[in-house]
Amino acid sequence: MGMVQNKTILVTGGASGVGQATAILLASEGAHVVIADLADHGGAETMKLISSAGGSAEAHQLDVSDYDQMRDLIAQIAKLHGSLDGAFNNAGVAGPVARISKLGTDDWDQVIRVNLTGIFAGVKCEVEQMLLQETGGSIVNTASTCGLVGMYGQTAYNASKHGVVGITRTVALEYAKKNIRVNTVCPGFTETPMLTMRTDVDPSLSDYFDNHVPMGRKGQASEIAEAAMWLLSDRSSYVTGVALPIDGGYTAG
Amino acid sequence: MGIVQDKTIIVTGGASGIGQAASKLFATEGAQVIIVDLQEEAGNETVDQIAFTGGKAEYHSVDVTNYDQFKALVEDVAGRYGSLDGAFNNAGIEAPSSKIVRQSLEDWSKVIKVNMTGVFVCVKCEVEQMLLQKQGGSIVNTASVAGLIGVQGASTYNASKHGVIGITKTVALEYAKKKIRVNAVCPGSTDTAMLKRLTGASQEFTDYLNSVVAMGRAAKPSEIAEAVLWLLSDRSSYVTGIALPVDGGYTAA
Repeated sequence: MGMVQNKTILVTGGASGVGQATAILLASEGAHVVIADLADHGGAETMKLISSAGGSAEAHQLDVSDYDQMRDLIAQIAKLHGSLDGAFNNAGVAGPVARISKLGTDDWDQVIRVNLTGIFAGVKCEVEQMLLQETGGSIVNTASTCGLVGMYGQTAYNASKHGVVGITRTVALEYAKKNIRVNTVCPGFTETPMLTMRTDVDPSLSDYFDNHVPMGRKGQASEIAEAAMWLLSDRSSYVTGVALPIDGGYTAG
Repeated sequence: MGIVQDKTIIVTGGASGIGQAASKLFATEGAQVIIVDLQEEAGNETVDQIAFTGGKAEYHSVDVTNYDQFKALVEDVAGRYGSLDGAFNNAGIEAPSSKIVRQSLEDWSKVIKVNMTGVFVCVKCEVEQMLLQKQGGSIVNTASVAGLIGVQGASTYNASKHGVIGITKTVALEYAKKKIRVNAVCPGSTDTAMLKRLTGASQEFTDYLNSVVAMGRAAKPSEIAEAVLWLLSDRSSYVTGIALPVDGGYTAA
């Protein structure tokens, strides 16, 4: 039996990177995965990869910062599948790399809207649904090492990710007695389009990232996915309100 | 296939409480478990219980604060099984609960010796062995929520558990490139003999302890064991140097 057998789990930002890797892993461990992404195809490619491996998934286009869209999707899931057992609120954007004096207010607004307000909307709707379920549920939000420490040139991103940790810890306290758990994963430098977007422009960055991680390498999206799955599963039944670094030791030093 | 299939794993303090639950869980998940404890009867009984369910375990009476003794055990285990793949340094004691003016120097020495020097000795021996292994290994130390925050009446215990996290993060940095991962698990209130000694026969104190946990209850030892299992397994391959609270939300506030 898979680690998340028969659970219905929403994955936002599921069309690529960590979201895609997690959707695929969850499906391989028995979950029915609801993939949601801003991209037009809404994660159809991820769904195809899952189906061709014998797993179960569906794909929807979704703007995570749109509360009404999020609420409608979750209502649809609950109606179709009976419950929402887990959610991986992972959709996020990097924003530009710029010290604060050069960071535009528009860029700030966009990063906060997707990374923080998007998480707020997602968690709010998911908790509202899970409160109707005796079995509660498990929510995992993608924060980052940038949600724990500072990072040069990343004011907006860091603020948003620290905010994700803040939402997580608070909501975890609020609903701990209702069988609803809320945790974050805090990836370090991970090999995904979000990172290659930067290393393609400046290849020396790739070595820089490797050299600044104690393990000497970047993480794989699948390694983040493993942590998200563990937190979504019943195996982590006494874990709530944590910010779990998957970062090759980056925040240990 | 179990999540730690065919791995050889040492569990110190493995004859009772969290250690015993962990020994049983690791065996269920395919490991060869080496139980280290000074409680001989309980140690042998745990081995019998594991064997009864088809698992593999052996018991050794070894003092975790004695470098020569522990080193000899590690060498013996590695010699017979080919390698030491994981270790759960869990043996630990508490001091009677009292504010610092009534904490005795004798209790201080005892607790620091077992909880901190014991972990130092064990980690040192385990790393020395794992450095000889191409595949490295994974080490998990039992810290506590008391290793992250203050807890009134437990200055001695807190110091020792903060120290465990200090060892964990430092050694994680030192050997991250050698495929040796070191992490700490930070249990909150857990239903064990240690907790019963703390609460005595007082239902009032038990109720109080439950009331300050967001989840409203203590952990089952198996819930702590699950977190250790995940950290010892290859599933957590990019995770090192972390202190993972398994505490029902206690440190989220």
